[in-house]
Amino acid sequence: MKKNVIALTLGAAMVMTITAAAAEFSTVEEGKLYMATNAAFPPYEMTTDDGGFEGIDVEIAGAIAEKLGLELVVDDMEFGSTITSVQAGKDDMVMAGLTVTEERKQNIDFTNSYSTGVQVVIVPEDSDIETVDDLADDKMIGCQEGTTGYIYCSDTVENGGYGEDHVVAYTNGAMAVQALLTGKVDAVVIDSNPAKAFVEANEGLKILDTEYVVEDYAIGVSKENPELLEAINNALVELQEDGTVDAIVGKYINADADEEAATE
Amino acid sequence: MEALRAQFQQSFIEGDRWLAYLKGLKVSLLVTLGALAIGVVLGILVAVVRTLHDQKRGRAPIWLVLVNKICQLYTTIIRGTPMMVQLLIMNFVIFSTSRNRMGIAILALGINSGAYTAEIIRSGIMSIDPGQMEAGRSLGMGYATVMKDVVIPQAIKNILPALGNELITLFKDTSLVTVIGLVDLTKAAQQIQAKTYQAFMPFIGIAVMYLIVVMILTWLLGILERRMRASDRR
Repeated sequence: MKKNVIALTLGAAMVMTITAAAAEFSTVEEGKLYMATNAAFPPYEMTTDDGGFEGIDVEIAGAIAEKLGLELVVDDMEFGSTITSVQAGKDDMVMAGLTVTEERKQNIDFTNSYSTGVQVVIVPEDSDIETVDDLADDKMIGCQEGTTGYIYCSDTVENGGYGEDHVVAYTNGAMAVQALLTGKVDAVVIDSNPAKAFVEANEGLKILDTEYVVEDYAIGVSKENPELLEAINNALVELQEDGTVDAIVGKYINADADEEAATE
Repeated sequence: MEALRAQFQQSFIEGDRWLAYLKGLKVSLLVTLGALAIGVVLGILVAVVRTLHDQKRGRAPIWLVLVNKICQLYTTIIRGTPMMVQLLIMNFVIFSTSRNRMGIAILALGINSGAYTAEIIRSGIMSIDPGQMEAGRSLGMGYATVMKDVVIPQAIKNILPALGNELITLFKDTSLVTVIGLVDLTKAAQQIQAKTYQAFMPFIGIAVMYLIVVMILTWLLGILERRMRASDRR
């Protein structure tokens, strides 16, 4: 008798999953779009004083959710946990200034790119580090855990990195900059736009350009949910075509910074 | 099963990642040992001052009253604030320019542990009947001699289980040092998770490692306890 009940429940559950899959797409919680992010990465995502979230990613995600008829829920966590969280089915997508890399592609599917960034070096204004090559000079480098900047810097010297002993991984970018300000590290390697935001907010810091490749930011979606990936991607393309994405980016990254970027 | 094997391969074997766990474990153990040393010394000092003061029953000299107040303030502040907050203050406020993360971690955890150890040791000293002190003194022994040869040995035996508890807690609390960027066992697993996007193997793996170390500590403490009780009448 008990067995029958279990079999029946299992059967019902299977039918339900099949119908859900047959529908356009499914999310972790019906009617909601859960976004995994690390909200200490201005101007892409940061917290507001009243405990809410704002930034380029948050607004684009909001626009996507609106197009899909869903309510956006921002799930703030450590950056290193975001991809795992989507894989585990806790969140629907990662949107955290997430760079597309080959290794990440093996674990998660990416939408089209909606923004780009490059890894830069932040140093104090009076630093003796003048070019990125000076970093190899036995310096301590602060990074954000799990970011491409951390992956590049912590790699072995033969692979073009500086070795793990010369890199301190902080749980978020703001903490790395804090460590730089007090002299715990000699430089911070982080994405260019957050770097600009951090330098603007703290006196006595400057940015050095690097020759790291330009990185594409995209939204990560579980490999087990191709329907949702397609839905998000379609919404993203529409938002790019009607200028919404440009408007949001323009709102957070000011014109001066754009000019600078153009002349680089 | 095949998937688990692949995950194991990715989390432990590939790129010699098992070495990262071992390095992390070494850091965790070193922090524990260092903090234990500081904690025990601080704990004994504070406990002796507090009992000495209390035994004078209001007739303590002014310097003792003062030192006693400082000790009370120390236990109040340390036990009243979270360990992680103490670590963050130690790293980003007090030693904000220091690069010695290991030293900061040992100091913060040691100072924290000292407050708890002090109370444990105090409870041990108080558990010995005051008649023993009186008997010792009336035989012509000095205060320090009675403390050293009569009271403390018995007190240690009484508080050993509680001290063992503190040691185990201290070891597990070293996982908090991840917030200051020190690569301990937990941080090593987090870094591997951030690289491989696998959560299962690294976290279950370090849970097992923590468990094994705690079991070894418990076993050693058990031996010590039995040795100390060897001369007890049953």
